[in-house]
Formats: sequence, C-alpha cells, structure tokens
Amino acid sequence: MQDAPQLGRQNTAAPAIELRGISKAFGPVQANKDISISVERGAIHGIVGENGAGKSTLMSILYGFYKADAGEIFIGGERTAIPDSQAAISAGIGMVHQHFKLVENFTVLENVVLGAEDGALLRPSLAKARKLLTELAKEYELNVDPDALIENLSVGHQQRVEILKALYRHADILILDEPTGVLTPAEADHLFRILRNLKNEGKTIILITHKLREIMDVTDTVSVMRRGEMKGTIKTADTSPEDLAERMVGRKVLLQVDKTPAKPGKSVLEVKDLRVTDSKGVVRLKGISFDVRAGEILGIAGVSGNGQSELLEVLGGFETATGDIHINGHPIDLTGKFSDGQSRRAQGIAHVPEDRQREGLIMDFMAWENIAFGYHNDPAYNKNVLLMDNAAIRADTEGKMERFDVRPPNPRLQAKNFSGGNQQKIVLAREIERNPDLLLVGQPTRGVDIGAIEFIHQQIVALRDQGKAILLVSVELEEIMSLSDRIAVMFDGQIMGERLPGETDEKELGLLMAGMNGKAA
Amino acid sequence: MDFLTLIQILDSAVRLATPLLLACLAGLFSERGGIFDIGLEGKMLAAAMLSASVAAVTGNVWLGMFAGVGISILLALLHGLASITFRGDQLISGVAINFLAAGLTVVIGQSWFGLGGRTPSLMGEGRFKSLEWPLTETLEGIPIAGPLYSELISGHTFLVYVALLAVPASWFILFRTRFGLRLRAVGENPAAVDTAGISVVRLRYAAVAICGVLCGLAGVYLATGLAAGFVKDMTAGRGFIALAALIFAKWRPWHAMGACMLFGVLEALSNRYQSIEAPTYIIVAILIVMAAGLVWSSRKSLLDLAVLGGVAFLLVTVGTVSLFSSGLFGQTAIPGQFIQALPYILTVVILAGFVGKATPPRAGGEPYVKER
Repeated sequence: MQDAPQLGRQNTAAPAIELRGISKAFGPVQANKDISISVERGAIHGIVGENGAGKSTLMSILYGFYKADAGEIFIGGERTAIPDSQAAISAGIGMVHQHFKLVENFTVLENVVLGAEDGALLRPSLAKARKLLTELAKEYELNVDPDALIENLSVGHQQRVEILKALYRHADILILDEPTGVLTPAEADHLFRILRNLKNEGKTIILITHKLREIMDVTDTVSVMRRGEMKGTIKTADTSPEDLAERMVGRKVLLQVDKTPAKPGKSVLEVKDLRVTDSKGVVRLKGISFDVRAGEILGIAGVSGNGQSELLEVLGGFETATGDIHINGHPIDLTGKFSDGQSRRAQGIAHVPEDRQREGLIMDFMAWENIAFGYHNDPAYNKNVLLMDNAAIRADTEGKMERFDVRPPNPRLQAKNFSGGNQQKIVLAREIERNPDLLLVGQPTRGVDIGAIEFIHQQIVALRDQGKAILLVSVELEEIMSLSDRIAVMFDGQIMGERLPGETDEKELGLLMAGMNGKAA
Repeated sequence: MDFLTLIQILDSAVRLATPLLLACLAGLFSERGGIFDIGLEGKMLAAAMLSASVAAVTGNVWLGMFAGVGISILLALLHGLASITFRGDQLISGVAINFLAAGLTVVIGQSWFGLGGRTPSLMGEGRFKSLEWPLTETLEGIPIAGPLYSELISGHTFLVYVALLAVPASWFILFRTRFGLRLRAVGENPAAVDTAGISVVRLRYAAVAICGVLCGLAGVYLATGLAAGFVKDMTAGRGFIALAALIFAKWRPWHAMGACMLFGVLEALSNRYQSIEAPTYIIVAILIVMAAGLVWSSRKSLLDLAVLGGVAFLLVTVGTVSLFSSGLFGQTAIPGQFIQALPYILTVVILAGFVGKATPPRAGGEPYVKER
C-alpha cells in the first residue's frame, strides 16, 4: 500500500468541502448561479433538486469535469483548484456516476487499478489491488470477485466496484449521483449500510438523489437546489418529504396519486405463455401469462433487465415471440407480416416506449413532425396520396401541446430542445389522444421533474377512468405502488407473482424482485 | 509437391505476410484505442513511395525508411487531428487519406523522376539486404532441419524480423503494461479513462502514432524489401486485407499473425502456380460445399440470400461446366486468376461474418465527447 490517507494535511475543524459563489453557464443557460454550500466532515449530505436544477453540474465542477466561471472551492479549509479529474482525485474526492464509468470487458481488478497504476508494468499493481480489495471487502461489506468481468456482474456489484475504485484512490469524500436508480430495495439497503460504515470511518459522503425517502432515511443534512440556485441547507431531522418537495418545486406538490378505486371491466389484453429468445440466443421471457382488463392499471415491477423491456417490445410490435396474445379477443400476429407497430396501432394498442429519446422521438425533428410519427397515414394528416398536410399536423400539435401543458408550446421546436418532462408529454399526447384500448407505458417518469410527474400520473389515471386498459412498466417501486390497481413482479423473464397494492409492501415486492418467492421468505 | 517446394512456398509466404502483419498490427493499436483506421492502405502507399524515392536519391535505405515512416506518422496524425481533435467521421478521414495517397504518390513520382509514377529501381545499399544467419551453409546439408533453417528462418530482410518480433511485443504492451491497459480501456469506454483522470486525447494520439510507425514500416518493406522501388498502386489492397485479417483475428496480436500468414500462403501459392490441376470430382465437391455453406449462412436475411445465393449459383454453374467439359474423373485446371483472387475472396468471406461474431472495441469509431 501507498501511504495511508493523510488526514493531517487538513484542518479537522474545517468543513470537508466548502464551495463559495460557484457559477457556471452553458451558453445562455445558467446551470449554477452563485452557489455556496458547506459539507461537514464525516456527514452524509444529501443534495436534492429537480432534473436540470444544476446538481450534476455542481458535482461535475467539484470533480473537475467542468470549470466554473466563477467561485472558489475549499477542501478541508484549503483553497483548492480543480482543473481536471486528476486534481479532484488527488484532493481526495471520489465520484460514483449515475451511469457507471467501468470498462465492461475488463475484470474488477483491472477497473480498479485503471489510472492508478503504480508502475509501467501491471502485475505489481494488480497484486496490490487484490490485497486491498480483500481488506475493504471485510471492512465495509464491499464483497466482489476481483477476477469477475464487469459485464457479468449485477448492477449492485458494479456499483460496489465504483466505490472500491474511489477508495483505492484514497478518497475521503465520496460523491454518489442517483445511486439507487438501478438497485432493488434490498441492494439499496445494502448500499446504505456501506455508506454508514464509510461515514463511521470518517469519510464524507455527498448523495445526489431525487428520491426523498432516501434523503430522509440516510442523510444528516440536506441541500435543496432549484433552477441553478441553492435554496438552503437544512438538518434532515428538521424537515419532511412534503417540505422538501415544496422547496424543490417552489409550490405545493401532491406526492400521492389521487385516484379512485378501479372498476375493472372485460379483459382487454390476454397474454399466454409468451416466450422470447434474443438474437444472441438468450431466453428473455420464459413463458409469462397475464391479463389486463378495461379500466385498470396493471403495474409490472422489477429491476431493469429482467424481461420488462422485451415484453413491451413484443406488445409494441418490434420483437418477435412465441405464445398467444389476444387483444379484445382478437389474436395478435407475433412473428409474421402483421407483427409491426403499424398493425398494433390498428388493433388499438398505443405505446409510450421506455426510452423516449431513442424509441419515442427523433430528437433532431420538430415537435409537430414527432407528433405525426406512427400516425402519418391518418387522413387528417394528409392532403392526398402524395402530399402530407403539414399545416394540419402543426395545428393538431398546437392543440395537443395546450391540452398536455407542453412548455414551450411551440410545434416548430426540435424535440431535443424540450426538457425531459415536456418530451414525455409530447409522446403521451400523441399516444393517449388516439384513444387506444390498451396503453403500454414504459418508465413514464424517468428523468422527469416532480411537477411533470404529477401531471403525467394524472393523465394515465384519467385514461384508466375512461375505461381503457393500461400496462405500466416501471423500475420505480413507489410509482408502481401508487399508480397500479394490480402489481405483477418480473424477475429473470418470469412473473414471480401478482399482488394488490393495498395488500403488499415494498419489502415483499423487493423480495419478489430479487427472485425470492413471496410469503415464505 | 516435394519438401523443398513446400519450404520455398512458406518462405515466400513469410515475405508476403510481412507487410500485412505490420499493417494489421498498426490497425490493431489504432482500433484498440478506439480509432478506426481505413487509411492503412494510403499510409502504406505514401510510405512506400517516399522511402523508395529517398532511397533512390541518397542510395541509403535507412534514410528511406525514416522518410517513409515519417510520412506515415504525419498522415496518421492528420487522421488523429480529424477524428480526435475535431471529432470528425473516422471513415471519411480514412478514405480521404487513401485517395490523397493514391493520387499524390503517382503525381509527385512523375514530377520527380519522370518515370510514369515509378521510382528508379533500387540497387545495392538502396534496398534492405537479406540477413544471412550464422552457420547457414554448414547446416544446409542436414535433412529437413537444414533447409528449414537456411531457407525459412534465415535469409530475410531486417523488417521481416521486426514484424515477427512486433507480435509478442504488441501482446506484451497491450496485456501486460499500464499503457496497454489504458489503451484498451480508451477503446472500450473512454469515459472510464476520463473519470480516472487520464487524458483520452493523449492516449488516442499515442495509438494513432504507433499505427503510423507500423504502417510506415509496412510500406517501406513493400518498396525496399519485397520489391526494388515504388510502382503505382503497389499496395494492391493490402491495407484492406490487413483490416480483414484484423477482424478475423478479433483484434488480438497472435491471432493477427496467424491470419496474416494465411493470407501470405494464399498469395505465395498464387504467385508460384499459374494454374493448378486437380481431379474434377474434388473441385465439384468443394464448390458444392461452398455453395451450400453460403446459402446456409445467409438463411436469416433475404438480402444476404439474394447476394450470396447469386455467388452460390455461380459456383454451381462453374462446377457443372467443368463436369461436362472433363467428366467426373478427368482433370480440371483451376485458372490462375482464381488463385490470385483467393486472398480477396477470403477477405470478402471474413468480412461477411463467416468466422463467428467479431466484436470490435466498443467505443471504436466514435469521437469522445465529455458528458456528465
């Protein structure tokens, strides 16, 4: 081992990190406005804020990814310049990014030493890292097989590798950006145990998240950001989720979805023994069966990558499968000529895809062009066989934008220039206003700010109340719990069980999501 | 085919594989670092031309080598400038370099020497000499081991040995050193390298620079080792064959050597034999197997089936024609053109994905843009 982290170099009374007057603009957008914040040593400090509030920008400045236009950074009481990530690392800052920065086909060891090798040859560094990893595993419950390839590890383990990387570089300050987005509840609990262990060892932890529950559970202090500005730092014990949400959005927010009990009608979607094998020969769906009835929301819970995406793709018509699917009693073509999105729409299925930026919209196209996608053969959008009626599409888009509160309501703006929430509203407006019998919704509020989440949830419930069937896929357990009338949990291509939201809790669902079968556990 | 013929063919295969191997390793370093380089051909051509010119004028092959490697590095850095610094399209930049080299070598060669784009023939010190290993004459008499040593192992030029030594060296650098770890990481996930506090740009420039050196050596060898001077288009697609070999080898140094040797053997065969006679039934059997293989492997895609089915139909036609002209047990001559085309046919077969799935470095071809 190299020399141990030098605590002596810093004044122990001073805050671990102090930012003074940080400002950063990207073109005309002011991402950070005169931000000052102080983080106590040995504390878990939460930073909350909506998407685009400037949390990530602020942390990127701290980690040397961006250079601030103005302001000063103090680490342990000393003014420190952080021009690049190397400087941040030597100042004792480690960062676990939301999207892991790991080399997929490298081993855990190789990822840990990458960039922190001791010499020109690898062997000694790898041996040293192996030894240290064993120690850290014991100390902090950070067990990972050092020789496993990253691509074979679960996301929870990949995240541990990211933490190990930071600790291997002697990080005293650990920044975690939305760390629980991809974890099961059990994995998240494990992570929080690790974080508390680290805190007890005197490490300082900054937790960026939009999940208010986590802030309440695990942090000591919390800072709220809104529109690039710091709206104050509070002791966690002195606040509540409702209070935090209000500070984040700037107005009162309904955290609970307001809905009446469902009145399920006849069965709209019937799925029997659905199986999917992907192009690599991996079985993604292992014979699943369920139904969705008119006037109800069936929520599919599960950690991402357990077959939910494939299920939506089959139903949406861009993946082939075997098995039986009926909609309103009519069979759906799963492999042949009519297994495409066009035929699905004709059968009354509308689809709000999981990845709106890749599957839902063309980012370089304007809003009105995106509104026409999939419905471009609609007579209302066409003048004759050859020419489309662009003016009519634009007029229709304006109406949709108004009804769905898309801001700014400008049909000629490119999709990429809308915020995440407004992009999602464009997709929702396009699909919901077609009045489908069945709406497929994947991750409706991923990357969407709290204010817009409220609106999107209301729209989905409103569609249900019109007697439509809704299949909701989400990795956010809270969303599933509050929106669904019935919950099915997927794990490893199978449905582990169905529950009613009133009769279950996050703990039980979490076990199902981890593949452990329900009540017995 | 007697033993000596076999040795001679292998000997010639080693010589012919050398430029391929150097170019293939050049591509390996570049692509492992995430920069696709379709401009291997152009860099080889430019290096061949300049090294032959300098060697012809100065009479010193070493000066020629430095000039050739120099121009290749320059072109590699140009590719780097376009694709790393300015984040341009790597294919376009590579194609541009190929065109540039194909045209300029001839134009400049004509303007300097007035020989229609050729350079003057190299003599004496202007070429790389074969290095005779010690004891070749003493050992020549020993059966098998003798000719193996004196013909196959000894008697190549300096650059052949450089190419062969470059294989273990590349393997060691890539898989046993810090630089290699970082280079492979930057080709797989540059964001991981960036967040580790290492410069993606510097690593990638290092990758293309190494590519320039090796590619330059390949070109120098063509003009001053294999041949005695530069002629128009003397690379003859070797840069592209090297890329095919690279895919065949799945971006691994030892496998690259194997792939390049295979191409070398095919080229050596086609150089030695104008045509090969074989019993018709063997040829027909081979053609049928090939046709069946083509159809089988393209069964999943209509487009593949249309293209490869056409090729398969051609093969069957050729087989039928030879069957009628010579009878099942007669002899059929395989035309020399076909044998000469073999390396290129193999290239097509490899690129069409008949050798199993080859996964290129994941970040290959994409400029790195920093993001949160």
